[in-house]
Amino acid sequence: MSENSRAELYQQVILEHNHKPKNFGELADATHDAEGYNPLCGDHLHIYLHINHQDIIDNISFKGDGCAISRASASMMTVALKGKPIAVAKSLFEEFHQLILGHLKPESDANHLGKLAIFSGIWQYPSRVKCASLCWHTMKGALEKTKTITTE
Amino acid sequence: MAKSFNINQIRKDFPNLSLKVHGKPLVYLDNAATTMKPQSVIDRITQHYSSETSNVHRGVHYLSEKATAEFEKVREKVAKFINAKKSSEIIFTKGTTDSINLVVTSFGRAFLQHGDEIIISEMEHHSNIVPWQILCEEKGVILKIIPIDNTGAYSVSDFEKLLTPKTKFISLVYISNSLGTINPIPAIIKIAHSKNIPVLIDGAQTVNHMPISVQELNCDFLAFSGHKLFGPTGVGVLYGKSELLNKMPPYQGGGDMIASVTFEKTTYNVLPYKFEAGTPNIAGVIGLGAAIDYLNEIGFDNIMPYEKDLLDYGTKALQKIPNLRLIGTAKDKAAILAFVLPNIHAHDLGTLVDEEGIAIRTGHHCTQPVMKHFGIPATSRASLAFYNNENDIDRLVDAIGKANTIFSKNL
Repeated sequence: MSENSRAELYQQVILEHNHKPKNFGELADATHDAEGYNPLCGDHLHIYLHINHQDIIDNISFKGDGCAISRASASMMTVALKGKPIAVAKSLFEEFHQLILGHLKPESDANHLGKLAIFSGIWQYPSRVKCASLCWHTMKGALEKTKTITTE
Repeated sequence: MAKSFNINQIRKDFPNLSLKVHGKPLVYLDNAATTMKPQSVIDRITQHYSSETSNVHRGVHYLSEKATAEFEKVREKVAKFINAKKSSEIIFTKGTTDSINLVVTSFGRAFLQHGDEIIISEMEHHSNIVPWQILCEEKGVILKIIPIDNTGAYSVSDFEKLLTPKTKFISLVYISNSLGTINPIPAIIKIAHSKNIPVLIDGAQTVNHMPISVQELNCDFLAFSGHKLFGPTGVGVLYGKSELLNKMPPYQGGGDMIASVTFEKTTYNVLPYKFEAGTPNIAGVIGLGAAIDYLNEIGFDNIMPYEKDLLDYGTKALQKIPNLRLIGTAKDKAAILAFVLPNIHAHDLGTLVDEEGIAIRTGHHCTQPVMKHFGIPATSRASLAFYNNENDIDRLVDAIGKANTIFSKNL
């Protein structure tokens, strides 16, 4: 891997979402929620979803403690999923999962990731992959009515 | 005995220290997790595997007798290193965790009863918390926790407040892995013994920073690991007073720990073999012996003042960084520097300084109660050894500066 690609982990977009996360806070009328925990590093997230009768995520938020990668990932996930049907959330989960493992190359493989493709370099930091994926696993857990998710 | 302390010469003894990481010379500041190994340890292990491989305590053939003799020589060496009365009080284990589990399982199950109280502290490593919690569930013993203050220390009187007629065991870390605090262990042992309470000391972070004499300290048990002592992983030591070890039932059953086996009745071997079931980590033990030889050659008389100066230098250098908060500011400290920055999470800092070739540990350091005490999720920790130098600290300070710049740009 090139030195340049490693240094690009902390891009402006990630730093901005870390600094001023979108959709941060509790959702009083959440229909689904779950807590995600990474026992390895202590990252802790709570994801709240409001899903309407058409199975559309009409509101989503998160709160919790974590590193810049986990906060930015959670913030960008909420932006990507707001207004999307559950089915789309589930398929984006799969695409994101393949992306951070380095299996999906956004420049050559068809995908619907949009801005989330910024996490494509994270597979080069194996100890940080879980920082980016915690929010997604927690969101999936909330959809499946699993209350507590851990990355271990 | 101790040769003069030449840091540049010493650094050459550790081949890993000349590695490059991401194109930059490695700065290794994760010594509380594990230490580097000198060439003499690496060579000794190679020599064992290339010219004396055999099982110990079993064969009558040449190689087995040679391996056994080398293995047992290390037991003598360890006994001398910690000034134990007898080498039969040295039990080889997998490491500190295994040593503590041995005591909890064997002593705890045999001699601790429902309602008995065990004192530990808030700064224990999980390996000196969880085994006791398992015993609490099994036998209904009760854990009492010595609280720490905001410098990450506790006093002898904080300890004394927890003593009751029901206190039946005390298990404490000497030097904290996440704070660097050196605890008032000698005074605590005196008080404990005036009430006939046995004391186990977790010495994982101690044996590499200062000399320990178990006879002078008078602890009943001492646990430590080889790999934090410049030796190999997978080998550790439990020292125990023979009068206690003799009373204790075996920890694990198997070969080597028996005197005779029949289906009607098995009798157990004498100390230390009663506690060493199965083929031990022979190469690991022999490597540990070489590590102790190396450490003796450098000498704690040289190591302690050098590390003290380096700790002072590092403390001052880190304190100059705006908003950096040191976690663990006790008066008596070993060369461990843990800290937090207000705007950068420890894991982000860990990744960013790694880009500069610097290895620090970030996270909760297996001491989650300490993190809870300070109301933080994680710290960054630079833990020093005698082969570190001021340049290592300067490189860390520069890398923190770069990380600060990245995290404060145009947001």
